[in-house]
Amino acid sequence: MSLNAFGIIFSNMHDESVQELTSKRTMASIPYGGRYRLIDFVLSNMYNSGLTKVGVITKSNYQSLMDHLGSGKEWDLSRKREGLFILPPFGSTQSGVYKARLEALVGISEFIHRSTGDYVIMSDCDTICNLNYTIPLEDHIKNKADVTVICKRCPADNLGSREAVAYVANDDDRVNEIIISPKQDEECDVGLNMWIVNRSFLENALAQAQSHSLHSWERDILQQNCEKSRIFKWNFDGYAGRINTMHNYFRTNMDLLDSKVRNELFFRYGHIYTKIRDEIPAKYGNSAKVSNSLVADGCTIEGEVENSVLFRGVSIGSGAKISNSIIMQGTKIDSNVKLNYVIIDKDVFIKNNRILMGFDSYPLYIAKGSIV
Amino acid sequence: MLLAGGEGSRLGVLTKTRAKPAVPFGGKYRIIDFTLSNCINSGLSTVGVLTQYQPLELNEYIGNGQPWDLDRLEGGVHVLPPFQRRRGADWYKGTANAIYQNISFIDRYNPDYVVMLSGDHIYKMDYSKMLDFHKQKNADCTISVIEVPIEEASRFGIMNTNEEGQIYQFEEKPKKPKSNKASMGVYIFTWKKLRRYLELDENDDSSQNDFGKNIIPSMLRDEQRIFAYPFNGYWKDVGTIESLWQSNMDLLKPDCKINLYDPNWKIYSRSPIEPPHYIGVNSRILNSIIAEGCTIEGEIYNSVLFHGVRVAPGAIVRDSIIMPDACILARAKVQKAVIAEDAEIGEDAIVGFRADEINKQHFGITVIGDGVHIGAKSIVMEATMLDTDLPEVKVV
Repeated sequence: MSLNAFGIIFSNMHDESVQELTSKRTMASIPYGGRYRLIDFVLSNMYNSGLTKVGVITKSNYQSLMDHLGSGKEWDLSRKREGLFILPPFGSTQSGVYKARLEALVGISEFIHRSTGDYVIMSDCDTICNLNYTIPLEDHIKNKADVTVICKRCPADNLGSREAVAYVANDDDRVNEIIISPKQDEECDVGLNMWIVNRSFLENALAQAQSHSLHSWERDILQQNCEKSRIFKWNFDGYAGRINTMHNYFRTNMDLLDSKVRNELFFRYGHIYTKIRDEIPAKYGNSAKVSNSLVADGCTIEGEVENSVLFRGVSIGSGAKISNSIIMQGTKIDSNVKLNYVIIDKDVFIKNNRILMGFDSYPLYIAKGSIV
Repeated sequence: MLLAGGEGSRLGVLTKTRAKPAVPFGGKYRIIDFTLSNCINSGLSTVGVLTQYQPLELNEYIGNGQPWDLDRLEGGVHVLPPFQRRRGADWYKGTANAIYQNISFIDRYNPDYVVMLSGDHIYKMDYSKMLDFHKQKNADCTISVIEVPIEEASRFGIMNTNEEGQIYQFEEKPKKPKSNKASMGVYIFTWKKLRRYLELDENDDSSQNDFGKNIIPSMLRDEQRIFAYPFNGYWKDVGTIESLWQSNMDLLKPDCKINLYDPNWKIYSRSPIEPPHYIGVNSRILNSIIAEGCTIEGEIYNSVLFHGVRVAPGAIVRDSIIMPDACILARAKVQKAVIAEDAEIGEDAIVGFRADEINKQHFGITVIGDGVHIGAKSIVMEATMLDTDLPEVKVV
C-alpha cells in the first residue's frame, strides 16, 4: 500500500533540550530502549503507514545519523524510485545552516517541489510512539483540513512544558486557539510535533515565510492562520514518550520495563526497525542475577542488574550491582562497581569498585567514551 | 559450492519441514550461517548453494544474500535447486552429481579453484589459507582434516597421509582406523581436474555419484595429488540431536572453543525484528544465552533461548534449547530438551528429566517438534521425540 503522501523528518529540532546526549549527535540519533535510535520510531511509523518517500533534514552533528541510516534499507527505504533522502543544509550556495523550522523547510523546497503526493507528514524525533499515520490522514481528508496536528491529551508538564504547544479545539476538533507554553498542570491537547499538512498549504506557507522572513512554524504560520485556515487536531490514544529533558529521557526508557508499554510501542501498528549489528545473543554467566530489566544482544552479564536498560554489547563484571540505570552500547563495567540512577553513554569504561549514584529526578550522566 | 540439500534425517522432527542447514543454532543463527560467514570472511564472494530437500525455508532465509554481504553485482549468492532440462529432469543423485548438474554455473565464472562445502557444520575457518596451501602444494585436491580422538575415528571419513601430508588412502568409517585425521567435509579442487572427474563419474553407471565414495577414491587410484590440510579449532558436525544439543551447550562453557565475539570474524545471520529481551522481577538466569524479543519470568539454567521465546512465571528451563517463538507456560518444567519453533509447553507440564531424577547415567534428549502443543500437566518422558500435540491431562 502506498500513500498519497511523503514524509519530512527534522533530525535536529530540540537538540538543546538534552544537551548532554546531543553534544556528538542529533536528536534523531539519540540511543533509546536498548537497541534503537529515536529516529527509528518515526521512520518505522512512516514505513508501517505505507510512506515510500522520506526526507530527513539535518543541521549539525549528523555523522552518527548518516552512519545509522545508511541507504535506508533497514526501513525498506532503499529504493530506485523514492526512498530515503538525507537533506543536509547548504542545498544551494545561498542557503546555510537554518535557525528555525520554516527556514529549514525553505532550504528543501526543491525536494518538496519534486515530490509527488498531496499530503506531507512532518515529524520531529523527540516523541516515541507507535502510530499509523493513515488513521489521522483519513480524518485529515474527511475534515478537508489544511493542517492536522497530532496531539496527546495530558497535563502539559507531563510532556515537558518548555516548548509545549497546546491546541484548543471545538467539538469537531477544529483548532481555534493555539497556546505556546501553556500552564503546566492543566490538562490540554499537547502537540507531539507531528503534523499532516496539505502540500499546497505548505508551499504557500513557505512562500510567505520567504517574503516576510518568518521563522516559527507554530507562531508565524499556525497561530497566525488559526482562524483563516482549517487546522484540526487529532488525539493519539496510545503511549507517547517525550524526550525533552534528561529526566524525561530516563523515565521514557524506564517505561519500557512495563509490559503494556512494550507491547504498544514495539508491536501496535507494526515493528520498529533499526540498524542491524550482527551481535551474538546476550550471555548470562554463573553469577548473574538480573531482574526487571531490558537486555539487548551482545551483552555479557556476570553481576547483578535490576530495573535497568542495557544496550547492545554491554558487559557487566562479577560482583557489580547495577540498579535503575541506562547503559548504552559497548560500555564495559568492571567487577564490584555499584551504579544507581546513572545514564552511561556509549563506549564508557567503569573500572573496578567504582560507586556512582544519581537520583530518580536527577540521574547522573557519564559522557560517551569516558573512563571512570 | 555449498551442499545444502541433505535431508538430515537423524535430526528427526527438526528437519521435517526444513533442510538441515536451516536448523536454528546458538540463539540467533541457522547452521548455514557459519559456512556462509566463513565464505565472506575468507573473501569468497561467489557462492552457489545447492538445495533439494525442503528448500522453502532455506531459500527464504538466504534470500538475496544481503545479511552475509553476498548481494553483489558480480557473483554473490546463488541458490541452485535441481532443474528441468530439455531431456527430462533429475534430482541431485549424490554430492558429485549435484555439482555435475551445475557445471555450466561454475563455468560461467571460469574459476581456477572450487571450494566444496557443506552446510551442516559449526566452525570458523579461513578458506583463503587453505587455498594458499592448495596452491603451494600444487595439489589437485585438498581436504581439510581435524584430529579426532582415535577411539572415535571410526565414526568419520579418515585420511591416511604420508609425511608431507599427501593422502594415499581414504577410508570411510574404518573399523580399525590407521590415523585420526578426519575429513571435515571441506574440499578445494582445481576446477579443470574436478570437471574431468565429474564427467567420468557421471558416465559410470555403477557410481553413487558421491565425493567421498567415488570421486576421491578414483582420483586416488589415478595417483592425483590430494593433500590433507590440518585444521586446529572448533569443528562440530551437528547432524544428530545429541551433537546439535552438545554443540549449543559448548557455547555456554566459559572456555568455549568457538569465539563468536571476534569483530574480525563475525557470524552473520538474518536478524529478526525484535526489541531487546525483558527479564522479569522474579526470574533467575544462570549460564545461558538469551536472544532478543524474549520475555523471561521463570528460571533458566544452562540453556540457549532463541528470539521471541516466552517463559512464564514459575517455569523452569534447564539444559535445553528453546527455538524461536516457543512458549513455556507457567510452572512448566523443561529439562534436557530441544523445543522447536512455535511449540507451546502447557502449564505444569513436564518435558524431559534430569539424570539424577531418574537415576540414569546416560539418557537421551527430548525433542518437541515445530508448533507442537503440550497440554497442561502432561508429562513427556526423556529421550522422546514428539511431533503431534499432547492433550491436557485432567486429574479427577
